[in-house]
Amino acid sequence: MIYNQSKLEVHFRPAEPNDLEQIVKLDKQVSGIEKGDYWMERFTQLHGGLGGHIFIAEKQNAESSDLLGFIVGEVRAWEFGSRPCGWIFALAVDPEYRIQGIGEKLFKEISSVFKENGATSVRTMVARKDQLNMSFFRAQGMMGGPFIELEKAI
Amino acid sequence: MKLQKATQFGLYAVLELARDPQSQKSAVDIAKKYGISSNHLAKVMRDLGRAGLVASVRGAGGGYRFSGNSKRVTLMDVITIFEELGSDASDGLNSPHRIDIEDALLSVLFEIDEITQATFSSITLDTLLKTIHWRGQK
Repeated sequence: MIYNQSKLEVHFRPAEPNDLEQIVKLDKQVSGIEKGDYWMERFTQLHGGLGGHIFIAEKQNAESSDLLGFIVGEVRAWEFGSRPCGWIFALAVDPEYRIQGIGEKLFKEISSVFKENGATSVRTMVARKDQLNMSFFRAQGMMGGPFIELEKAI
Repeated sequence: MKLQKATQFGLYAVLELARDPQSQKSAVDIAKKYGISSNHLAKVMRDLGRAGLVASVRGAGGGYRFSGNSKRVTLMDVITIFEELGSDASDGLNSPHRIDIEDALLSVLFEIDEITQATFSSITLDTLLKTIHWRGQK
């Protein structure tokens, strides 16, 4: 599906195996950590029919396409006593292309698929100090949910 | 949690004006709408003006208009004009002479403070105004 974000034409679609390299690169650029193994596992699960969704946003050129953003998630049920719920595990938009509605569109794409998969809500986890992502998710209408994350050093 | 009156009034006023950035409203009109003291609100408006969030408009029909960026200004930005949020937990954590019970309680208060601050810092005026629309849809 193609959306014209002001003057920028952005194409949104489910990720394919040949997107892996660009996803790993953008993830490293945004998070500062290279997680090649994690992404390989994600793609293996995705294409093995084990669930999960990855959507990407790309800018198409004459010969190639540049990845501008991605979102990853899946519907999970009954863990922690939770009804079927769409979980967003990761979201990234190239810093040069932010504030142009790309993250919002990726969020809508994955939420729509979660709904088709039987989820009635969408959930994510954000570091308390990560104001950028927390503000983004709140701007999509997300609020504190019924669960609190607890942890302990072991 | 409870915010001080000046903070509450400041949030009412700045959100009321940010809801319609082209409009201008007097402190009396805003005070009347929220059933609050117009004298107190007038002082609050001066603080908001000094912080650059509202600008006074002189002349007939004058009043105040929103002069910030509602997609950037957070609830925390407005709150900190009027009060410092949180308990003394952050100060206490740096004290070298804490008793164990004091230490354990402070860590709980610190956790609550961090969540409170993260929440207020992540909600822009624009997002809060959008929640009015979302709540109406429910």
